[in-house]
Amino acid sequence: MDKLTDTLGRYGGVNLLPLALAGVAFFLIGAPSSWVTLTVAGLSMGMMVFLMASGLSLVFGLMDVLNFGHSAFVSFGAFVAASVLALLGGWLDGGPLLASAALALALIAAIAFGLAAGLFFETVIIRPVYRDHLRQILITMGALIVSEQIILAIWGGTPITVLRPPFLEGAWIIGDVSIEIYRLFAFVLGAAVFAGLMVLLNKTRIGLLIRAGVENREMVEALGFKINRLFIGVFMLGSALAALGGAMWAGYETLITPALGGEMMIVVFIVVIIGGLGSIEGTLLGALIVGLTANYIGYLAPKLALASNMILMMAILMWRPSGLRPAVK
Amino acid sequence: MKQSIGSLTVKSAMLVIAALLLFAPFLFQDIRALEVAARICIFIVLVASYDLLIGYTGIVSFAHTMFFGFGAYGSAIALKQMGPGWDAVALGTVAGVVVSLVIAAAIGLISLRVKAIFFAMITLAAASVVLVLASQLSQITGGEDGITYRTPDLFKTATKLAVDEDGKVVRWFGVKLNGKLAAYYFVFATSLVLFLAMLRITVSPLGTVLKAIRENEARAEAIGYRVVAYRTFVFCLSAVVASIAGSVYAIWLKYTGPDTALSFAIMIDILLMVVIGGMGTMWGAVIGAVLMVMAQYYLRDLMGAASEAVAGIPLLPELLAPDRWLFWLGIIFILLVYFFPKGIVGTLTAKGARPPEPLEGPVGVK
Amino acid sequence: MTILSVRDMKTDIGQYSVLHGVTFDVPEGGVFVLLGRNGAGKTTTLRSIMGLWQPSPGSVQFQGTDIAGMETADIARKGIAYVPENMGIFGGLTVAENLILATGKGTFDKTRLRRIYDLFPALEQFWTKQAWSLSGGQKQMLSVARAIIEPRALILIDEPTKGLAPSIVAAMADAFRETAKDTTILLVEQNFNFARALGRDMAVIDDGRVVHQASMAEFAADTDLQGRLLGLSA
Repeated sequence: MDKLTDTLGRYGGVNLLPLALAGVAFFLIGAPSSWVTLTVAGLSMGMMVFLMASGLSLVFGLMDVLNFGHSAFVSFGAFVAASVLALLGGWLDGGPLLASAALALALIAAIAFGLAAGLFFETVIIRPVYRDHLRQILITMGALIVSEQIILAIWGGTPITVLRPPFLEGAWIIGDVSIEIYRLFAFVLGAAVFAGLMVLLNKTRIGLLIRAGVENREMVEALGFKINRLFIGVFMLGSALAALGGAMWAGYETLITPALGGEMMIVVFIVVIIGGLGSIEGTLLGALIVGLTANYIGYLAPKLALASNMILMMAILMWRPSGLRPAVK
Repeated sequence: MKQSIGSLTVKSAMLVIAALLLFAPFLFQDIRALEVAARICIFIVLVASYDLLIGYTGIVSFAHTMFFGFGAYGSAIALKQMGPGWDAVALGTVAGVVVSLVIAAAIGLISLRVKAIFFAMITLAAASVVLVLASQLSQITGGEDGITYRTPDLFKTATKLAVDEDGKVVRWFGVKLNGKLAAYYFVFATSLVLFLAMLRITVSPLGTVLKAIRENEARAEAIGYRVVAYRTFVFCLSAVVASIAGSVYAIWLKYTGPDTALSFAIMIDILLMVVIGGMGTMWGAVIGAVLMVMAQYYLRDLMGAASEAVAGIPLLPELLAPDRWLFWLGIIFILLVYFFPKGIVGTLTAKGARPPEPLEGPVGVK
Repeated sequence: MTILSVRDMKTDIGQYSVLHGVTFDVPEGGVFVLLGRNGAGKTTTLRSIMGLWQPSPGSVQFQGTDIAGMETADIARKGIAYVPENMGIFGGLTVAENLILATGKGTFDKTRLRRIYDLFPALEQFWTKQAWSLSGGQKQMLSVARAIIEPRALILIDEPTKGLAPSIVAAMADAFRETAKDTTILLVEQNFNFARALGRDMAVIDDGRVVHQASMAEFAADTDLQGRLLGLSA
């Protein structure tokens, strides 16, 4: 048994979980073509959820701040991007170049909104309640309520259709396997962001400071760095990523309601709890596991889909109370 | 000990509220007012049981409506399946309590040993899963539409509690002594008993231990209190009380659905009531519940008028629309947590007392 | 010349008052030792100087400026380094990354790095290892190295010999002697022999107050006083 654990550890340990999941699902599903479709869907959902969850996890790791209003950034990102796309509707039919420009502008608008909203949120909402978890939970919850009401006031409660550039519509058919292009796009974008974050964290001095701050914020201060400034930056980055995730999710769902943020928040929480708060790799791992599970179970036993994530979380918490790959503390 | 003006104010407010609730059917003789009074009774219990958790142990749960819902659905399903008898009421209530107890114990034992913030996230996830389950298992729960059912005959509006010589229902001070009246006093009496029981707990040795844990967890642990066990116990206790309150509310409403028993909106209401009234004091639950329920019923009318008054100005009418009242409550909520974290009752009674302690330790205490 | 002058420093932690008015002067150069029983307030004194607790009222004069109430990062930038009791190592970072963070600009001064390699050869050997994999003594070396990788006017060191093997304690003593040639060390220490060998001046803290300040030579000669203040048997 120990030997097995050792071997597993050498080949990546808990990182193998998504692979194991995919393997088990392959036998349960039986049909390879459905399995490929579901796996791609799961991976792309995982990547979008990763975008939404990464900021939450980093912010918690760095400052011990858990923002219950994080999902507001997701909602706003989705609605801002949808509005920009609706505004530039004409461009979408004007050839791939204009359509790409419209898409890029929509995503940039979501990111810009996320940055600005993050700055506002950090300085006005969170700053006064550092280190007071109870009030932090209450205040960010209050901020979430207000944000949802603002979305309702601006965009109304009826579902909004999200336009997509034509080149992201449709699917590639390889044999009897069909892969939706948008899912592939979402996966690639998410993977690129993950790679970017890894470079930022591991290859730059700012990243070094963030990693050090996650471990021991006092010592970073004692070395002469102002962690609060770093924290604002990380908070804004996290909010922007959440907004980007929301924007991507809007294009994935194509029909969005203000309830989107609340629904995603549960998934995001489950992801960061499974992955371990404070670590980007853990968040990615949790996101992929949750994305795959949601799609496999959705196919095998649709009614169990949401409960399955909950059961998964409970099981992992009993096994590893701090999640699969928590940051070193 | 000399009583401050603040605590005298609170105490007299309590007496007034108690009297108003006791004589509500006679004082406000319209159906809506009675609805409001019954809802206030239920929410006082619900909020007080939540305060037992958040105010006396400092842990935040988002699953309180879930337990309320277990009780409500327990009664509702039993009454629907078994018919309107007291056996169904008893069985449904007990079933709700048992389910609440088991789930609370499971969540508590798994997640109360980790960080408080995990607990908040896990309860939130659990509550939303239950909400989705309730709407999916529509054969049992009625899905989004909920369940309507009949309650024991005693509570029927047509039931006559006392008749005069002509066989007509007796009136006291113009109020018919009918089943509706019985139902209200059923709600009032159970709420009162539950509330007094909780009040008793907070002044018992258990309450002292809980306060010790809240003030300084590490020290309480060092003295030898088993913090996880105590917290799990309180979590279970508050879940049971919420469940019973849910059962009673289900009997009063004769209808149970996601909106009345499970929705996240109720959780937000509870949070608002606790914070407005004041955490860590049972009286705060009373004040918070009274103010919020009144606001829910009467503030919307006011906002509707205000919205029409500002018609033409961009965005303002939308924000003042009666449906947007949560927006304003949210803002009030944030401001309260910033400036009056002790709520109305806490602020009134704490005048001149010790300044509030931070709930977590100072920087670096781990 | 006095480099650090602490006047009537009072610090509360939560609802507990820990320091009731600490007053002492650290002369420039050499090792100044703060002695005292467990729980007397030595660590709190260092943390308060560093701004990790907010002391009030009183003053902390460092090279003529009052640093009381300043942010920790600003205090550090004035030229004070801190080696905490728990060493404050970033376990997920490599030895090299731990050290590079302690440099202001992100580049090493070759001669200072050479000096650190000479003092603590283990650090050169495990240069690219993650710091959590180091032994307790090596972590302590890394923590001290972080404090001296850049020139600092004052280094606060909290119980560096706690739980270390005698050979490593000797290496520490050498390192401190070497370092104290061109800077000042404020050392909190329980190990009186270690303290006596290094210290030039000293103060004793008891129950949140400085109860005695003298030169180490004087104090070391007075076994009576040691017994009374530190509970050491003669």
